[in-house]
Amino acid sequence: MSEANEKTRSLWHDTWDILKRRKIFWISLVLLVLFLVMAAFPTLFTHKDPEFAELARSMEPPSKDAWFGFDLQGRDVYARTIYGARTSIIVGTLATLGTVLLGGVAGVIAAYRGRWIDSLLSRVGEMFLGVPYVLGAIIILGTVAPVQSNPTKTMIMGVVIIVLAVLGWPVLMRIARSAVIQAKHQDYVQAARALGAGPFRIIFKHLLPNSLAPILVYSTITIGSYIGAEATLSLLGIGLRSPVISWGIAIADHTRYIRTGAHAMLFPAAFLSLCVLTFVMLGEAVRDALDPKLR
Amino acid sequence: MATPSEVVLEVRDLVKHFPLTQGILYKRQIGAIKAVDGISFDLHRGETLGIVGESGCGKSTLAKLLMALERPTSGKVLVQGKDIAAARGSELKHMRRNIQMVMQDPYTSLNPRMTVGDIVGEPFEIHSEVVPKGDRRKRVQELLEVVGLNPDHINRYPHQFSGGQRQRIGIARGLALQPEIIICDEPVSALDVSIQAQVMNLLDGLQKEFNLAYIFIAHDLSVVRHISDRVGVMYLGKMVELGKDTEIYDQPSHPYTQALLSAVPVPDPEGREQRERIILQGDPPSPANPPSGCRFRTRCWKAQDICAEQEPLLEIRANAGDHPSACHFAESEDVVHVN
Amino acid sequence: MIEVLPESAGSGTGSGALLEVENLHVEFHTRTGVAKAVNGVTYSVDAGETLAVLGESGSGKSVTAQTIMGILDIPPGKIAGGAIRFRGVDLLKLPEDERRKIRGEGIAMIFQDALSALNPVFPVGWQIAEMFRIHRGMSRADAKKKAIELMDRVRIPAAKDRVNDFPHQFSGGMRQRIMIAMSIALDPEVLIADEPTTALDVTVQAQIMELLAELQRDSNMGLILITHDLGVVADVADKIAVMYGGRIVENAPVHELYRNPTHPYTKGLLESIPRVDLKGQELYAIKGMPPNLLQMPTGCAFHPRCPYKQEKCVSEVPPLHTISGTRSSACHFWREVLDGDAQ
Repeated sequence: MSEANEKTRSLWHDTWDILKRRKIFWISLVLLVLFLVMAAFPTLFTHKDPEFAELARSMEPPSKDAWFGFDLQGRDVYARTIYGARTSIIVGTLATLGTVLLGGVAGVIAAYRGRWIDSLLSRVGEMFLGVPYVLGAIIILGTVAPVQSNPTKTMIMGVVIIVLAVLGWPVLMRIARSAVIQAKHQDYVQAARALGAGPFRIIFKHLLPNSLAPILVYSTITIGSYIGAEATLSLLGIGLRSPVISWGIAIADHTRYIRTGAHAMLFPAAFLSLCVLTFVMLGEAVRDALDPKLR
Repeated sequence: MATPSEVVLEVRDLVKHFPLTQGILYKRQIGAIKAVDGISFDLHRGETLGIVGESGCGKSTLAKLLMALERPTSGKVLVQGKDIAAARGSELKHMRRNIQMVMQDPYTSLNPRMTVGDIVGEPFEIHSEVVPKGDRRKRVQELLEVVGLNPDHINRYPHQFSGGQRQRIGIARGLALQPEIIICDEPVSALDVSIQAQVMNLLDGLQKEFNLAYIFIAHDLSVVRHISDRVGVMYLGKMVELGKDTEIYDQPSHPYTQALLSAVPVPDPEGREQRERIILQGDPPSPANPPSGCRFRTRCWKAQDICAEQEPLLEIRANAGDHPSACHFAESEDVVHVN
Repeated sequence: MIEVLPESAGSGTGSGALLEVENLHVEFHTRTGVAKAVNGVTYSVDAGETLAVLGESGSGKSVTAQTIMGILDIPPGKIAGGAIRFRGVDLLKLPEDERRKIRGEGIAMIFQDALSALNPVFPVGWQIAEMFRIHRGMSRADAKKKAIELMDRVRIPAAKDRVNDFPHQFSGGMRQRIMIAMSIALDPEVLIADEPTTALDVTVQAQIMELLAELQRDSNMGLILITHDLGVVADVADKIAVMYGGRIVENAPVHELYRNPTHPYTKGLLESIPRVDLKGQELYAIKGMPPNLLQMPTGCAFHPRCPYKQEKCVSEVPPLHTISGTRSSACHFWREVLDGDAQ
């Protein structure tokens, strides 16, 4: 009918068309880029050394040359907040990546093979889900992974990343599993089988491309919630610790001084909230655009 | 058309029971759904065998068995003498080149993330020996043209097409490997009335052009009559009557066939007051627990004691024409042309 | 029966039929534009009469029915004009609480998908009984007794034992009977059946159509049968309205429509369906596809698919030409169609 003006349009293309019309998508995208640049090039925002401590200026309130004031150790809060972005982004992204790998592979295997493998993986996942998150983290971080006396920054972050992924994968497995099961029963998968397609082709050409949307949405939101989770664990004193610079540590170090010097805690807390919100908003914008009911 | 030529597909005593299980980790079988329960027929080159029956009669399971998408509980599906139901691995893959399918739902049978070119070209990717890589795009475009689609639309996605056009894409995919047999599972029932004729005419034309043999599975008896040379009627996993289309439609001898035919509304109001319907009572029994003897006896007006005791075989019977009928009391009667 | 309605409330221009739809326009406002689903539909049904509304998906036949029932989702739907008169009163002008009284008691509806139309968490008997409790204020026990009576009337075997069963425990045909029981519970004067047998097997379809015909005979209901099935229509209809692209393209008594269609679409449809009683017929295929409601063709909506098309069809919307008393056709060239000379 409208042959001439109708070009080739994939479903991703349609999703993008919807996304680009949404204000919330652009707001979260701008914030995301801001945080990413902050994480990658903190020196663009500050020339101060976040490690430099001048005890004499401890808890000094915000002023013209130190916008966010100084913390307990007399370090510049603004510089530390900027540098904290890198830690949060790295922990959130890598932990999510680990979650997607663990949960995604388990979910695809469970859904594709079905039968006892599915039952086994699902039951194991439920066992993990049954343990409250913080409790699980305390147990692992406190007993199973006792860190030696002089850990490097990488080791401290690595342990937290692994703990988050290990505790988080069952949810992603469930999402991946149900998405793949749904795709698996579609006629086009039967048609591919009837053509003689092997499992590799069926999984990578047919099942995964059609299961990606919910995984993508959940992953985006998960980055945000892992950033929050890292801060929670740090606040409890079992997550990251010095010398790592992180919003969570900054909050933890200054909760006792909230009446006398709230600035040292409030600024990192505000950045933390905004960063979590950015990922959650982005995830929801993508979910709305992918939701077929709005089509 | 009706002259018997080479047999391309032989189905012998095909049985598929789906186990009913209970339990969470350890599953225990508590019964079985007898979806297909002993079906035999032949399909000749270039002919169309229609399979009709109501929901739950096992016709869709039969399609899956013929396509080796399900493994039968017992029985054989011989494609050119080789049993596809027993084939594995590369042998099975090679046999699939000869038997392809067209599915019912044009919306779910095409992968929404693939272009039309990728969908119709997928058979060549899987069977890479059929067409050399450089020629594939051209072959795909030829196929699109054969089914009446614009070959320039090769890069479009399925959602950019209407239901009828999508069904054509599915047909092009089925034709790609130049099979001798195509299983059509309700290929027009999801389409609008005005589009159904387009697709039926296309299937008709393709059959003549490529000498294809069709198994045409449908619930719509008018559609089946239009396209079929021979027709098999299924009820609860059994074939109850099998014959040439004129035999089935003009001299049906099984009571179920008669009831089915008389229930089909004729798109012509002339003489509708005189038309007598055989109205069956109740619903078909569950295939998990079919009646003993003749499975139709619980709804049959001819049923007697023997029907519960002895299963009627599909065979040629007195008073029932020259085609087989699975009824102890089979008797030909024209129920369609009563006025 | 519906004494709440003042007789003078209608605009008084109607022909006095039991239910009349006049020049109805319904639009849907979507992200991509305005879809004109119903574009000036006029039809009527009298007591004891069966009107078949024939059309394909997207023809507007179901939207018209939903508008009559007042169950159209607004928004995205919007009634852009027209009148729906029941016993002379324009329903579109009535306040919601008065319309609610007519729904069920005056006009009732059954749907294609009985499973989703019934509430899965309540027993079917309870759902039927609720009609009596709400509309008639009956006691629980009385309402249940009436429910069993109705289930008997729609021939559900062992109604007494099954009154407490849930919808999923019934077969498709039985569920459709339950829905019919609910719809006739309050003795409506008009019953709208929207594709009532499309989801059913042919032998069950025959049972349901027989039941509907019998109920209609007993209670003298007006029946509006909405369907795409030319076979079912030929069996039961008195008169037919054929819809295409949101318009009525042809009105005719049943025999005349099948014998001498006057619109190319009707004619094409009749020639495109295979018949169980004929062998070797050529199927005529209407070319192209049904129109996109967002981008309706200019002039006659059918012109891109029409073998009788002339320039006039592209530029001018054909009015509904009256051919004889009860026959009309929205085709500029209905005479040629009748004579059978395609251009």
